[in-house]
Amino acid sequence: MAVMKFVPEALKNLFKPPVTTSYPFEPAEYPERARGHISIDIDNCIGCGMCVRACPLGALKVDKNAGTWEIDRFDCVVCGYCAEKCPKKCLHVIPGYQTPEREKEGVLYKKSEEALKAEAEKKAEAARKAAEAKAAMEAKKKAEEEAKAEG
Amino acid sequence: MKKRSIVPYGPQHPVLPEPIHLDLVIEDEKIVEAIPSVGFIHRGLENLVQKRDFNQMAYVAERVCGICSFGHGFGYCEAIEDIMDIEVPDRAKYLRTIWFELSRMHSHFLWLGLLADGFGFENLFYQCWRIREKILDVLELTTGGRVIFSVNKVGGVMKDITPEMAGAILDMLASVKKELKAIAPTFTEDYAVKSRLVGVGVLTKQQAHDLGCAGPFARASGIATDMRKLGYAAYGDIDFDVITSNDGDSYARCYVRIREIFQSISIIEQAIEKLPEGELAAAVKGNPKGESFIRIEQPRGEAIYYVSANGSPHLDRMRVRTPTFANLAGLCETLKGADYADVGLLILTIDPCISCTER
Repeated sequence: MAVMKFVPEALKNLFKPPVTTSYPFEPAEYPERARGHISIDIDNCIGCGMCVRACPLGALKVDKNAGTWEIDRFDCVVCGYCAEKCPKKCLHVIPGYQTPEREKEGVLYKKSEEALKAEAEKKAEAARKAAEAKAAMEAKKKAEEEAKAEG
Repeated sequence: MKKRSIVPYGPQHPVLPEPIHLDLVIEDEKIVEAIPSVGFIHRGLENLVQKRDFNQMAYVAERVCGICSFGHGFGYCEAIEDIMDIEVPDRAKYLRTIWFELSRMHSHFLWLGLLADGFGFENLFYQCWRIREKILDVLELTTGGRVIFSVNKVGGVMKDITPEMAGAILDMLASVKKELKAIAPTFTEDYAVKSRLVGVGVLTKQQAHDLGCAGPFARASGIATDMRKLGYAAYGDIDFDVITSNDGDSYARCYVRIREIFQSISIIEQAIEKLPEGELAAAVKGNPKGESFIRIEQPRGEAIYYVSANGSPHLDRMRVRTPTFANLAGLCETLKGADYADVGLLILTIDPCISCTER
């Protein structure tokens, strides 16, 4: 009959250091792949809204015109599907878990002024080019018509 | 006739990890009948298939339960792949097998700890959960999540196991094997533990068969049922035996699960050794149309996934038959004639997962 089988194991525990760490006094270490939270590289975002359609929870909001991206971190379950779907790869799943907050509300990310300015300039440039192309086309058409009338 | 009384048991009870309610009809100290009722944590996840597209549902299916999460995501993806005739790359199959067995190991360690807690052996309980922590660390290293992995997608897996990670898994397996060997005799040989387990809640082979029990609960009663033998994922290439016991009591259930942990260690070692090179996922084109029926072996037993699709991104129906649901009838049978003091322990021996059962 085996009595007190566990005693050697229990005695060993008396001489071992604790296996737990005294978090938060010692920082926790996360592996590289840990799915802690979603981060965005907002200046690369093109506001296409793929992430919003991919999110199974509906935790994301995107406003293309205002250049904003909003996430409700309390709804997000960090599945990483948005990061997989992002065509510009500007969404990342990075370590570090959501901290407690007093209010349950979304976090708003807005594009920097420079990025908005650069985007506006790009848009203006594109519009100017389009207008130029249109004018050139019209001029060509006119010249052709004139040539036809003369001919 | 002796005086009968009805004692409500649960849904809130120190021994229960999840809410289930039992009405126990007792005569003196003996249970005459147990009437279960579930429905405290129903979330309607199956109905979500009509609102989320089939790719998003892989993430929802995974969140049916916190312990057998990998199996649920896997079973759902297998069903969709079956409908769409997608050939999953070999490497993905092996990776799925490795993760599935790691999740089985952590589930069984969790159960061993709960069992030790159930018969009041706190130190043993903490030892089991300390060992389990190593498995969770490795899962976090390889998948990024401790219990919810989010690595399965329709067509394959999303993350790879690098050679360094495989090394970390093998190191972890060696140390877990050593530590389990140190504490397993306490479960299987200790006099005090045996007095709580041997001969308690006997379920004969015939009863287990008639009541349709599944998983380690049925295997402890001598029924050699193991869906892994169907050869899904990489199980067809791996050498393992179905572990059974003929005693049918709580001790046999504990014994079967301890041996299954050693078996899982062996399966993972074989899978890492044979891990082929190649793609992680096959391309998925179009939407599923048709229906499929998949059986897999969860840590708690056989789980069935039924998916019906209509050719749109949204499915018609998804249905999960979980092992706990199959085992509840067996539980009520084992409770008959048991002492009132053993009820908590007997509920634990089926390894109840009520979140899965109610979805």
